[in-house]
Amino acid sequence: MDDFLIRAMLGGFGVALAAGPLGTFVVWRRMAYFGDTLAHSGLLGVVLGIVLNVNPQLGVVATCLLVALILVLLQRQRRLAADTLLGILAHATLSLGLVALAFMETVRVDLVGYLFGDILAINVTDLYWIWGGALLALGVLAWLWRPLLAATVHEELAQVEGVPTFPIRLAFMALIAIVIAVAMKVVGILLITSLLIIPAAAARRFARSPEGMAVLASGFGCMAVGSGLWASLRWDTPAGPSVVVAATALFALAFLIPNWSRRQTGF
Amino acid sequence: MPAESLLTVDGVSLAIRGSSILQDISLQVRGGEIVALIGPNGAGKSTLVRVVLGLLQPERGRVWRKPGVRIGYMPQRLTVDETLPLTARRFITLGMPASREQVRAVLAEVGAERVLDTPVQAVSGGEMQRVMLARALLREPDLLVLDEPIQGVDLSGQYELYDLIGDLRRQRGCGILMVSHELHLVMAATDHVLCLNRHICCSGHPEHVARDPAYLQLFGIDGARRLAVYHHHHNHRHDLRGTVVAGDSPVPARSAMPEEQGIPPRSEERKAHG
Repeated sequence: MDDFLIRAMLGGFGVALAAGPLGTFVVWRRMAYFGDTLAHSGLLGVVLGIVLNVNPQLGVVATCLLVALILVLLQRQRRLAADTLLGILAHATLSLGLVALAFMETVRVDLVGYLFGDILAINVTDLYWIWGGALLALGVLAWLWRPLLAATVHEELAQVEGVPTFPIRLAFMALIAIVIAVAMKVVGILLITSLLIIPAAAARRFARSPEGMAVLASGFGCMAVGSGLWASLRWDTPAGPSVVVAATALFALAFLIPNWSRRQTGF
Repeated sequence: MPAESLLTVDGVSLAIRGSSILQDISLQVRGGEIVALIGPNGAGKSTLVRVVLGLLQPERGRVWRKPGVRIGYMPQRLTVDETLPLTARRFITLGMPASREQVRAVLAEVGAERVLDTPVQAVSGGEMQRVMLARALLREPDLLVLDEPIQGVDLSGQYELYDLIGDLRRQRGCGILMVSHELHLVMAATDHVLCLNRHICCSGHPEHVARDPAYLQLFGIDGARRLAVYHHHHNHRHDLRGTVVAGDSPVPARSAMPEEQGIPPRSEERKAHG
């Protein structure tokens, strides 16, 4: 196997491992559109990274956190529904990113790579960033697991029981920001949410506990990365989208095979 | 023997976006006491519960909780997203960690042992209320706060739940603050009733509140149905004592149900014992 392919696999697995468990929470909390909005603002973060001359991934994390905070503040007013706000911010930040990029005449940026991923171009430094970010996200998620799960089921009940729900919510947003930053190289800004949502959704039918669903989602994510890359090489298709198509195929398969777990899960 | 106060609300007022929700509310819950908050929809019952729990800050007045008091809270309605695989046991231990046997014991206490390993989405409405009650009880609470504990429960289940709540008070000695929107349902188990319609219309022993003109006016406006239930209830009590001839009251078909469920006899029983 070629080196670039091994690096692509390793990078993809790192992202899939972290995206699985985090994605289950995105599904449970119905935050798919929220994840999409943060991801869209990632391009602005890339520009920020270039302007400040720091790693683009750091710029992405910072921008995503800022957008998340703006959302939290805007949601305090009740004149506009949450999904309207998300829609505004998602497209405003993406367009701002594109406009800002156009101003940077001296820098050549691989726009398609940022939008749809460039997994075959992952280098060793990228691997450090991806695995560092993924392990950090997984570690923090494991640490927050119980209170986050309690707040997901019923926020006020959890609060009465002593869970600091607001800090937990902010921490969860920060974790999503980290995963977006590390997943950008693999599937790109526009497709990141699919790695959060699709493996988690595919895992639901086979899971009997929240933890089981998280582990299964990681597994499905890795399978999608593996088969997507293989298909990309076999038919010379773009790698990032191929991974997403593979994930979707797995999701469809999960629903087609016989329903052996129905009795236990009630799903 | 006036027990120690667990919770004292003193002159609490709250307005949300300009409209007044709570006006000068005071109440107290002592250990071993059941206090019921009743009132029509929009009366501010749930808002008051949220103030009591510390989820909302009042604009005026103060809420005092006994230092170190453990509160068990049962929210109004709880549906767990279909995508989250969670058994009743896991749901209960989200409140605090507990062994399987501890969870089984607390579920047995509320009469829902059989749903231990059932996914919460497959648990019926009445059983889910019991599961939530079990989660609150697992914390060994000094004060139970129950927001519409009978919501979504069929009629026979409603009386069973109120019976259970009365038993819990006796066995555990905890104070209970509960919200309901119908007086006749809570009468049997309750020591003190607060009739709320943004301000406290009337309060006192349930028998006293039931005769209070403010109560009758408040619920009378809501239409004849509640009044019919109320009148029926009154008549039935007389029936039991034998002082009123059974046949003299025109009982509407709808309100015949409480009679079948036997709530008034329980009310008598409580009085005899308590």
